[in-house]
Amino acid sequence: MWEYTDKVKDHFLNPRNVGEIENADGVGEVGSLACGDALTLYIKLDENKRIKEAKFKTFGCASAIASSSALTEMVIGKTLEEAQQITNEQIAEYLGGLPKEKMHCSVMGRDALEKAISCYLGKDTKAIDGEIVCECFGVTDHQIERAVRENKLTTVEAVTDYVKAGGGCGKCHDKIQEIIDAVLGAQKPKMAAPVKGKLTNIQKVKLVEETLAREIQPSLRKDGGDIELVDIDGNTVFVRLKGSCSQCKMSQVTLKHYVQTKLQELVTPEITVEEVTS
Amino acid sequence: MKTDNPVIYLDNNATTMVAPEVLEEMLPYFSQWYGNPSSMHSFGGMVGRKIRQARERLAALLGASDEEIIFTSCGTESDSTAIYAALQANPDRKHIITSRVEHPAVKNLCDHLSKNGYRVTTIGVDKDGNLDLDELYGHLTPDTAIVSLMWANNETGVIFPAEEIAEKTAAAGILFHTDAVQAVGKLPIDLKTNSIDMLSLSGHKLHAPKGIGALYVRKGTKFSPFLIGGHQEKGRRGGTENTASIIGLGKAAELAAQKMAEENTRVLQLRDRLETELVKRVPHSFVNGKAARRLPNTASIAFEFVEGEAILLLMNEHGICASSGSACTSGSLEPSHVLRAMGVPFTAAHGTIRFSLSVYNTEAEIDFVIDRVPDIIERLRQMSPFWKSGACAA
Repeated sequence: MWEYTDKVKDHFLNPRNVGEIENADGVGEVGSLACGDALTLYIKLDENKRIKEAKFKTFGCASAIASSSALTEMVIGKTLEEAQQITNEQIAEYLGGLPKEKMHCSVMGRDALEKAISCYLGKDTKAIDGEIVCECFGVTDHQIERAVRENKLTTVEAVTDYVKAGGGCGKCHDKIQEIIDAVLGAQKPKMAAPVKGKLTNIQKVKLVEETLAREIQPSLRKDGGDIELVDIDGNTVFVRLKGSCSQCKMSQVTLKHYVQTKLQELVTPEITVEEVTS
Repeated sequence: MKTDNPVIYLDNNATTMVAPEVLEEMLPYFSQWYGNPSSMHSFGGMVGRKIRQARERLAALLGASDEEIIFTSCGTESDSTAIYAALQANPDRKHIITSRVEHPAVKNLCDHLSKNGYRVTTIGVDKDGNLDLDELYGHLTPDTAIVSLMWANNETGVIFPAEEIAEKTAAAGILFHTDAVQAVGKLPIDLKTNSIDMLSLSGHKLHAPKGIGALYVRKGTKFSPFLIGGHQEKGRRGGTENTASIIGLGKAAELAAQKMAEENTRVLQLRDRLETELVKRVPHSFVNGKAARRLPNTASIAFEFVEGEAILLLMNEHGICASSGSACTSGSLEPSHVLRAMGVPFTAAHGTIRFSLSVYNTEAEIDFVIDRVPDIIERLRQMSPFWKSGACAA
């Protein structure tokens, strides 16, 4: 069971400002049935252009409903300029925090608010801003860049927590990582291209190290395992399996069918891999 | 959850209460009779005899012989042991067949193996959750090391024809393993009369404690241990026996055999009443797998246009415990892979609730749930942008 704060529970069980505003000045719609959560936010302004009324309708979990409820409380009485300054972190803070896996609910609130304001200002809120990166949840590169920048996200998992991108089939993980690296100014060094013809010993060692680091270790680490290079003698690469790989009954299959195949493909076809167990 | 409400526990496919008779039988083995069953002295020997009795009781429930039972720590360990044993017994075969609706214990293991040199075929199901048998039989090849399929689905209760499939795989010379964690204790099982090679079960699904499971391995099946260590379980599973829990599992097996008739009549009636009344009282709701043969205790009901976690938490306020196939309860972002494999639309998959009963549930409890749940769904629908005037607004 999720650990929700008392304030989240209160806003979920007793949501404020549920409903629609018939002649709303601005309406912001985000999310979808397929995504599992959706929010429609309505705002009405007074003669001084302050938000005098805000209502919502939400399809989603407890934190989605609580975030929507909190958002309406936060914006009432604010000018549009003041409302525009509200961040997703402030919505989460207002609720005393959200589980990290639920931070996307606060982002949904912030996005709905922006759309409602854009709607009032007469901007096209339907236009997709950027290029879709995550097909499963329809998340664009601009949304990911913004989430990374504003929340100082450093991992794909964190991006998933905040904007859902990468939470489905997982095919977009590499692209998300590229966006993270670009935003953080840490572009990954390009992998050295396989060298045509015979490799020198130094070229071979470098390519083996790079292939292990870029191609093989991330995959094994996802399953709780790891691998380290011990030595290279001619075309024989000696490695040590670590973590769950070291106890895995299929370790020889991993070595021969995955590690060796990858090194043969990316370094030289003559390579064989041997495990060092001591 | 409000403490003034009694708990109505309808989450028995997640775990069950330890039966009072089971607990009573276990307790002396924590304190009074704590000897190691492997010891040479009579103080340990007495415990060893009690474990033998537990093995016989469990074997009796399954129609097996006691030497075909290996005690493990859980269903997951039993599944892993069975699949790895089959692969090691047939090192030249690199093909595994399973289904798209397996429990993560099998699904994630097969995903792992698929990245490590094995070819994994996942068989689909129809809209009612029935396995596509033609697809399954069409994939059996001389390279297939094992077919691993659940006997009954943990989310929908849909039953696969495990015995029939085992006949086909045996004829093809392929090992068949079934994850019977949800089936044992609820369905009559007689392993003497079929060709199932290996069967996994878990104690806490049938009123024994958590942390104890068992694997049936048909006599003559080539086997290699998953946990290599001491000589326990005839060298097939090293490690000092989880004595009290094994004794508890034995007692639970004996009780299950006695109560199965009740499970199949009274519990089934309660389950059917729950389903019928909720679907009648809540518009835009339906039972997943309704047309399939199902476990008598499981009701998977989809409430369209609302989200599962919100339903569960509002039910929790009334002391009602159940589970959801929604993404938000699992930490994942996509709804149940079982419901998606059945083609259940997102509108319904996100709002599916699993009610799973046991012999300890009463008619009054079911009436209480029938009384409360419609209001909960209506309350959430009034809040939903996809709901307007009793119908979908999307």
